[in-house]
Amino acid sequence: MPRLPVTKTPKPYVGGAFIRSESGRTRPLADATGTFFAHVPLCTRKDLRNAVEAAAKAGPGWARRTAYNRGQILYRLGEMLEARRTEFAAALTRFGARRAAALREVDAATDRLVHYAGWADKYEQLLGGVNPVSGPYFNFTVSEPMGVIGVLAPAEPPLLGLLSLVAPVIVSGNTVVALASEPRPYPAILLGELLATSDLPAGVVNVLTGLRADLVPTFATHAHLRGLSAVADAAERRVLDLGAAESVKRVRYTPDAPLAAWLREAAQGLEPIRAFIEPKTTWHPIGA
Amino acid sequence: MRASSAPPALRRWFAAVGPVDRVGVEERVAKFTTRSIKKAAKVQGLKLAVSMVDLTTLEGKDTPGKVASLCRKALRPHDDPAVPPAAAVCLYPAMVRPARRTLGLRSPVRLASVATAFPSGQTALATRLAEVRRAVADGADEIDMVINRGAFLAGELTRVRDEIAAVVATCGPAALKVILEVGELETYDHIRAASCLALGELRPGDFIKTSTGKTASNATLANTQVMLEAIRDHYLETGVAIGMKPAGGIRTAKQALHFLVAVKETLGDAWLTPARYRFGASALLNDLVRQLEKERTGAYPAPYAFSEAAESY
Repeated sequence: MPRLPVTKTPKPYVGGAFIRSESGRTRPLADATGTFFAHVPLCTRKDLRNAVEAAAKAGPGWARRTAYNRGQILYRLGEMLEARRTEFAAALTRFGARRAAALREVDAATDRLVHYAGWADKYEQLLGGVNPVSGPYFNFTVSEPMGVIGVLAPAEPPLLGLLSLVAPVIVSGNTVVALASEPRPYPAILLGELLATSDLPAGVVNVLTGLRADLVPTFATHAHLRGLSAVADAAERRVLDLGAAESVKRVRYTPDAPLAAWLREAAQGLEPIRAFIEPKTTWHPIGA
Repeated sequence: MRASSAPPALRRWFAAVGPVDRVGVEERVAKFTTRSIKKAAKVQGLKLAVSMVDLTTLEGKDTPGKVASLCRKALRPHDDPAVPPAAAVCLYPAMVRPARRTLGLRSPVRLASVATAFPSGQTALATRLAEVRRAVADGADEIDMVINRGAFLAGELTRVRDEIAAVVATCGPAALKVILEVGELETYDHIRAASCLALGELRPGDFIKTSTGKTASNATLANTQVMLEAIRDHYLETGVAIGMKPAGGIRTAKQALHFLVAVKETLGDAWLTPARYRFGASALLNDLVRQLEKERTGAYPAPYAFSEAAESY
């Protein structure tokens, strides 16, 4: 007997739940052959606001985890991505990537998670420390997470681009509201399903789908977002810079680049972590 | 519902005030959350809600200093002068004097005190009345009393009624809010019965109030609706207009607007005033001010851009 096709409703992952947009709006998404694939929600600024609330709620608990534990959780994410390698690669090829490139992208995304998992209990040694002062005091600099950070993922590569921006932000205890690739949101939806079954607490990473034109202005002006890590064109940068100046938030741009650039060693490291921590310096008298 | 197992006096009272259609009430209140209130109407609603807030702190750790800052927050919820002051502050009796010192004698913010062995009400009537007398003497404009739930559920309706009447008499010029503690009354029939019982004893300008905020179950649209309908029936029958105060669990501006929709569509515009409708809340005021700021600037503000919510001092 022929089976009826079981089609999927892709839903963004926000606050530990799979949501539809509050607006109810969707857009049809076609795969690389032009065949209808699914209706993808078009999230609105209200969805963004709700996601920020969810991220803010998750923030203190995530930041309180030990660095070691955050590293374990990121590593576990890498393990899970490795186990679902073919599924993610298939999701990428379905929307136009060549098979070899898709596998390279998934492998690089896994490695990137492992890379930042390793940083979790190490960046502090490099970024913080005991400062020399001429007095009977200790002077410490410690790194603290900034809070809720917005991520604007590039159109390409949809999985590696998103993860390369998200991982260094959450490793230090920040939480993230991310906007997935506009033309190819499906890998980000799939990533949400991975996050939901990982050890990452609900609300630490929230992934929205939708149109950049709808959401970039709100990312720029929302005062509760303390920073933005974005791939953006010149017009968007202007909107983001103006909004960020008004709401005093830090903005880090990553250049829009093809897959090859994201695969490089230089695309990862300490700098993306440093961009979203707040150094706190304290004085403490040396005990008798 | 549970009417068949209720004591005979309570059963007779159920018959007198009429039953509540549980499904009907819940269907009705589900509709209140579907109204679209935007832009100018939303700003008006938010400001109205601010002016209806009974800014509350009822904790063992309350201090005169904390109460003083609460009073200042009630007088001036936000630096934007277009935001009105809150309706009242709601405190324990021991905090009435320090609050009166901060508010002064001619304050736009009224001073409400819980009394009658809040929240349980489980002491002798004489003690409870003495507490009311003292709170009024210390300068309370309004008294929030709790009804004797034990007596009510045991069917001792005359006792409940007499106690409310005694508190009304003791209040003198102060307005009275009768807390039914709906979470402990368990059914809509009980809530309606208790509402009608209290309404009969109250003067114009008095209120009935859902809950103490000290139990797990607080004000919901549904149990508020049962009480609003009791107020409406009482008004149509006697012409006496009694106010309503939902308390506990109302934390967001959106919820507050839903509650206002319920009032407007059940009792009409005459009840859309702080003289007849209040919100008992601590965190709500901050969210209202935050949403007003959002409407003013167009950007979502961070919660820490406002003075701390009363609950987190």
